[in-house]
Amino acid sequence: MLTLQFIPYREIEYLDSQKRIKKLLKIVKENKIVLLEGRLHKTEEAELIKRTMQEIDSNFKGIEISVVYPDTKEGAFIKRIKESVINILLGDRRGMTIIGPAAIIKEIKHDPDKIQLLTEDGLKEMSRRRRKKK
Amino acid sequence: MINAFKKMLNKWFRNIFRKKKHVKIGLYGPPNGGKTTLANRICEDWLGESMGSVSSVAHETREIQIKEEVHIKSKGKELTFNLVDTPGIATRIDYEDFLKAGMKEKEAKKRAKEATKGVIDAIKWLDDMDVVIVVLDSTVDPYTQVNITIIGNLEARKIPVLVVANKIDLKKSNLKKIQAAFPQYNVVGISAKYGNNMEDFYEALFEVAG
Repeated sequence: MLTLQFIPYREIEYLDSQKRIKKLLKIVKENKIVLLEGRLHKTEEAELIKRTMQEIDSNFKGIEISVVYPDTKEGAFIKRIKESVINILLGDRRGMTIIGPAAIIKEIKHDPDKIQLLTEDGLKEMSRRRRKKK
Repeated sequence: MINAFKKMLNKWFRNIFRKKKHVKIGLYGPPNGGKTTLANRICEDWLGESMGSVSSVAHETREIQIKEEVHIKSKGKELTFNLVDTPGIATRIDYEDFLKAGMKEKEAKKRAKEATKGVIDAIKWLDDMDVVIVVLDSTVDPYTQVNITIIGNLEARKIPVLVVANKIDLKKSNLKKIQAAFPQYNVVGISAKYGNNMEDFYEALFEVAG
């Protein structure tokens, strides 16, 4: 059974980076998949990887992470400025971050607008289908 | 307007590097992208010696390796830098993957432990880099969070980036997919193993760091 835990942005909004990462990793280490509203700061994502590496042991194999984020690169200049100001004032609440334990999530396939979580069973099924095609 | 501003910033960065004694160019990317193969290619091209061992098993490079005073020349331009080869950045490391690659349990566990330390060191070293070459395997899907996180962190630190799509000699290679994933960067397709398109690579390196 897969357990998905939704974390609204307000739950991490006032935490510092270390506490945010600690909170998210704690949930993942309970073998739950985190659905976080918004995203971490880029440097926090790197810090999350670093902390994950520090905690790897025989039971915890690491994480799989993916961020779905609306693409604003092509948007109007004023719109992008507006969004940057909102991000500074309210935090980056747009999009969604998915973090799962590597023992459960084998792979996350990420197109710009779509995310596929592949579990062990899912991977087996995919390779079975490929073999059948051949 | 934004592009003009970006170019101005890049020029400003380049001028800073010219004044620095040792420009550090880092090779970053996920495991098995060919970072050490590219490091070896650069060192063999300009120093006549290789830098580190390569393997098809992931996390062969588990420590930061530095080759000092690499001097390259292309079309009348010259650049001297310290080349920093870093361990592949990953979000998961499972010693059982090394067992599957034929290693014994003790060796696999040791490799896994060293690999986790290698990832931590690679991230710590990000702040020390002046320019980063992100080395991606062009036969693999580039839309991974590790790639996005690496490039996002370089952007946040305002470190100039060159994206290399390696392994273009392979049939499954898809350079266009890498270019589509990172449209804001100059993406150069190469085969570090066979030395294909290295002229274009050095040219692009001068653009970013020269």
